[in-house]
Amino acid sequence: MTVRTEPVMAAALPKAWSAWQATGVVALLVIAVIVPFAVSSFHLLQLTMVVIYAIALLGLNILTGYNGQISLGHGAFYAVGAYTMAILIERAGMPYWSIVPVAGIVCFIVGFLFGLPALRLEGHYLALSTFALAVATPQLLKFHALEKWTGGVQGTFVPGFAAPLGLPLAWDQWLYLFSLGIAAALFFFAWNLLRGSTGIAITAIRDHPIAAKTMGINISLYKLLTFGVSAMYTGIAGALGALVAQFVSPDSFTIFLSLSLLVGAVIGGVASIFGAIFGALFIQFVPNFADQISKAVTWAVYGLFMITFMYLMPNGIAGFLKVIGERLRRRRNS
Amino acid sequence: MSSDSLLSIRDVSVRFAGIVALDGVSFDVARGDICGLIGPNGAGKTTLFNCLSRLYTPAAGTIAFEGAPLLGVAAHKIAQLGIGRTFQNLALFRTMTVRQNILVGAHAHTKANFVSDALRLPSVRAEEARLAGEADELIALLDLGGVADVAVDSLTFATKKRVELARALAGKPKLLLLDEPAGGLNHDEVEQLRTLIGAIRDRLKLTVLLVEHHMNLVMRVSDKVVALDFGRKIADGTPCVVQNDPDVIRAYLGTAA
Repeated sequence: MTVRTEPVMAAALPKAWSAWQATGVVALLVIAVIVPFAVSSFHLLQLTMVVIYAIALLGLNILTGYNGQISLGHGAFYAVGAYTMAILIERAGMPYWSIVPVAGIVCFIVGFLFGLPALRLEGHYLALSTFALAVATPQLLKFHALEKWTGGVQGTFVPGFAAPLGLPLAWDQWLYLFSLGIAAALFFFAWNLLRGSTGIAITAIRDHPIAAKTMGINISLYKLLTFGVSAMYTGIAGALGALVAQFVSPDSFTIFLSLSLLVGAVIGGVASIFGAIFGALFIQFVPNFADQISKAVTWAVYGLFMITFMYLMPNGIAGFLKVIGERLRRRRNS
Repeated sequence: MSSDSLLSIRDVSVRFAGIVALDGVSFDVARGDICGLIGPNGAGKTTLFNCLSRLYTPAAGTIAFEGAPLLGVAAHKIAQLGIGRTFQNLALFRTMTVRQNILVGAHAHTKANFVSDALRLPSVRAEEARLAGEADELIALLDLGGVADVAVDSLTFATKKRVELARALAGKPKLLLLDEPAGGLNHDEVEQLRTLIGAIRDRLKLTVLLVEHHMNLVMRVSDKVVALDFGRKIADGTPCVVQNDPDVIRAYLGTAA
């Protein structure tokens, strides 16, 4: 009898790139930079959202994929980032670009604080408490006492701006490139973090917390910091998302956003940096595509896509591509 | 208490919901010794290990490591003090490679943090190079060269045990706690293990506390043996003395009532 064993996803942690991988990434970046001059403004808007979702998903992936803490509430951090952008532009008159790091810091703190009670919870209970956060978010944003800043039920507008330094770019073109630059930097930092001793430590906590503790890892601190960093990424995405939508309102940040983010993280491939990009493409384009197939049963079609992806690619798109890549390499070597 | 005692355990008692797992256990482990800890299943050996790792807090008693009280120290600070361990039922990081597992073992001696790692500062690169070198040495010492970049999940049981040992050694312990290292190994592997434990002690100048059921191994490798039964210490001395102790024989073989 032969036993078919699933390959263990060993190199979950990123390693240094091979030459062709580096070439691929550079080529991808070049294409990404050319894109705003080649597509319609509607498609550009969609692509900007892909870039932004990729940042948000990377944040969720660091937490859920690498550290093993499930979050059904990342839409809340996205919302906090978005509102930080809207409020600081409108009420404090700060330049939008300076608010991006502020939103990151605010969300880091919110994530860290939310992580404190979450430390006591594991697995399903953690998932439920983050779910509660996601459910509560729209109502918290409608809260009367905060209406002066949040705009309450109505929400609040976010203005557009001109491209800086007199660049001959429309605002949406500039915003795409601005988001792309921030995404590139954040992906680079995440790659460094995850291949460094921090990445090894947070993955060790996921795999075996007791052993990790015995090896000298301060589990509480690492989990909190991971929660904070994760929320920071998703919050920065939210801040950029507010600029794209030019509007924030409580009903833009329902539980559905949180669930979409989790769908994107899983379909893209958990514990994979590039998985975030594939996941972002999925949550941006598959609902539209499903809508084109049938307006009557859009979400049923979406669900069908989701199940098909999970069935065909149990380790997400990134895991699937990795297996393909390894097979090709083996064939070339043999 | 002898003057060169590395570890001294005094009147340690542990209770779980009314069951007494350890009952007033006291003994010393001298620096540089290999101390065997034996006893039938449920005697409290692993419970004692978990006290030393600070996973459990005893209801009574004290533990001193290098003369300083251990019971006020947080579990994640134990590795830094110089106590490393392996686990009875393997506690490896299953999705990670052998090398990565060993690197986690060195965590207590790393300075990198979230910020320095994200920016990949020169200090991070220098530390990474140092850790990689140390991991290579352990990989060579424990003959893991062929599987260094393989996920531990796909390794054989005996190899996994060696990975656990390498991971524990990566923390540069002064005291190494081995929880049934021979469990599940065949005769030849046990012989290799015996040589290895002695070699590690001599080369790395550490002290070993060894929980083991394999009597032949314990008696041949240990300088001193402590025997537990139902949470109490029943014998403490050289392997020869403990082996012939009537209480120990009774605990293992039972006695005609």
